[in-house]
Amino acid sequence: MEPIETFRKDFPILSQRVNGYPLVYFDNAATTQKPRQVIDALSNFFLSSNANVHRGLHELSNRATELLEESRQKIAHFIHAQGPEEIVFTKGTTESLNLVASSLGSLLKPAEGILLTEMEHHSNLIPWQQLAKQRGLRLFYLPIKDKEGGLQMEKLEEIFTHNRIAVFSFTHVSNTLGVINPVESLCSIARKHGVISVVDAAQSAGHRLIDVQKIGCDFLAFSGHKMCGPTGIGVLYGKKEWLEKIPPYQFGGNMVLEADFSDSRWKDPPHKFEAGTLPIAEAIGLKAAIDYLCQIGLDKIALHDEQIGSYAYSKISSLPCIIPLGPKGRRAGIVSFSIKGLHPHDFISFCDRYGIALRGGHHCNKPLLSKLGIDSTVRASFYFYNTQNEVDQFMEIAEKCLRFFKLPCN
Amino acid sequence: MDIQELYQEIILDHSRYPRNFGKPKEGNFVEAEGTNPSCGDSIRVFAQLDPQHQIIETICFEGKGCAICMASASLMTEVAKKKKIEQIKALKENLQGFLTGNEKLKEELPEELACLKGVRHFPIRVKCALLPWHALDKLLTHF
Repeated sequence: MEPIETFRKDFPILSQRVNGYPLVYFDNAATTQKPRQVIDALSNFFLSSNANVHRGLHELSNRATELLEESRQKIAHFIHAQGPEEIVFTKGTTESLNLVASSLGSLLKPAEGILLTEMEHHSNLIPWQQLAKQRGLRLFYLPIKDKEGGLQMEKLEEIFTHNRIAVFSFTHVSNTLGVINPVESLCSIARKHGVISVVDAAQSAGHRLIDVQKIGCDFLAFSGHKMCGPTGIGVLYGKKEWLEKIPPYQFGGNMVLEADFSDSRWKDPPHKFEAGTLPIAEAIGLKAAIDYLCQIGLDKIALHDEQIGSYAYSKISSLPCIIPLGPKGRRAGIVSFSIKGLHPHDFISFCDRYGIALRGGHHCNKPLLSKLGIDSTVRASFYFYNTQNEVDQFMEIAEKCLRFFKLPCN
Repeated sequence: MDIQELYQEIILDHSRYPRNFGKPKEGNFVEAEGTNPSCGDSIRVFAQLDPQHQIIETICFEGKGCAICMASASLMTEVAKKKKIEQIKALKENLQGFLTGNEKLKEELPEELACLKGVRHFPIRVKCALLPWHALDKLLTHF
C-alpha cells in the first residue's frame, strides 16, 4: 500500500524552503494546505464557468449553478445526509454555528437551557453565550476530567435529568486537547432526553469519516479550509425537518420565494438560509477537496492522523520542561503543550527560524485554558501530508530551543 | 536573520529578571493595562506622576508575556523613570516607528533600547515589544 505521505507531491506549497530550511507545516488545525486539484478547480471555474447562480438564464450561469449544486450533492453524500436539501452553504464553521444559535435559538423558551462542554472553542461558545444572554436562557457546561481532557460522561445524564436542556452543542475533536469525543454516545443520550444535538466538526471533517446518520445529530457544522478546501466556504448540515422548522438567519436576495412591499415568503431549505450571492467558486473548490480526500480514503487519513498524533505526543512529552495537554491514549493529530519557564511565542519564533510553522496562544479556547491554569500553549497540528520524519526534525529544533533559552529544568 | 539577533543576552536577562517588577503596595499610583487578545499576554503599568513638572516619578509593572514583551517592559520602566511626559511620548513614537520600518529613527533611540533593534526583523513580534509601551501611552492620558 502506498504510504499516505506520498500525496505530498500534490501540495506545491510544501516543497518550499522557509528561512533557508524545508518547510514543516504543523498548523493544520488553523488551516490546511491545498492540493493542486483544488487550486485547479478554482482556477478552471474562473477561467471557464464564472457567473452568478440560480438567477441567470444564460449558459454560464447555468453551468455555475450546476457545478454548485453538484458540490452540494457531493457534500450530502460525503457526510451521509439524506439529501442535498439538508446541506446549507455558509462561510465557515463559525457562521454555521451562529446560524443554528440564532435561528434555532429563536424557537427556545426562556428558562430552557443550552449545554456545551468546557472544551468548546469560541465559535461554539460565544454564539450560544450571547443567545443565552439575549433571550434569558441558561447555559450549562459538561466538565472535562483534567488536563488529559476527556469529558465527564457520567455527569451527562445527571445534567439532562435535573435541568430543562433544549440544545446540546459540542465539538467532535478538541482543537486544543486533541480529544476525540464519543459523538455517537453524546447524541444518543441527548436524543433519549429529547435534546437537540449540534456537532462542531471543524477539526474532524476531512480527518475522519463523518456519517451524520450514524452520529445521530440534528445539526453538524464544518469549514472547507480545514480539509484541503478554500477559505470562505463552510457547511451546516441540518435534519430536513429542523431546517424546515427554524426561521431564516439572514434576509435578502436569492432566499425569497415571493416579496411585496409589506411581507415576504421564503424558499424551501436549504435556499432559505442562503441570502445573497454564495461563495460559488469556493463551494466548487470544496467539492474538489472532497473528491481528493475520498480518493485517498478517509479511513487511511484518520489512521494517519491518530498515529502521527500519538507519535508526536509521546516524543514531545519526553522533553524536559514540557507539559503536554490532552489524552495519553487515543488522540487526534493535535498536540498542545506549555513549557515551564518559556513563553510559547519565544518557542514558536525560534522554531520558525528553522522553517517550522506552529501555533501559539489560546487557540480561541480561552475559558478552557483558564480552567487548566494555563495562559497559552504551543500547538502542533498535523494532516496526512505530515511525516514522522518531520516530527523528528521538529524534535531536534525543540531540543535546540530549550538549550538556547537555558531553561532551569535542562 | 539569526535568532540571536532577536534574543540578545541582555533581552534574556531582562526577561528572566525584570526590573521594577511588581505591583506597588502603597502610594498614589495611576495604572493602565495593555493586552494582546490573540495570546492572552497582559502588562499592567503603574506610575506615580508629578503633574506640576509633567514627570514620571516612579514606574513599575506586572503581568505575563513572552521574553520580548517582558524585556521591553523592564527596559521601558528603566528608561521612563524621571522623564518628562513629552520625552516618553516621543520615545514611544520613535521606537514604534523604528520597529515598523523607519531605519532613520535608530539614532533617536536611547542606548538602553538598542537591544530591541533585532525585533524589527521579526515583524510578528513587534506587537510583543510594543505591548507595554501601549499600556504606558494609555497611562499618560491620566495627566
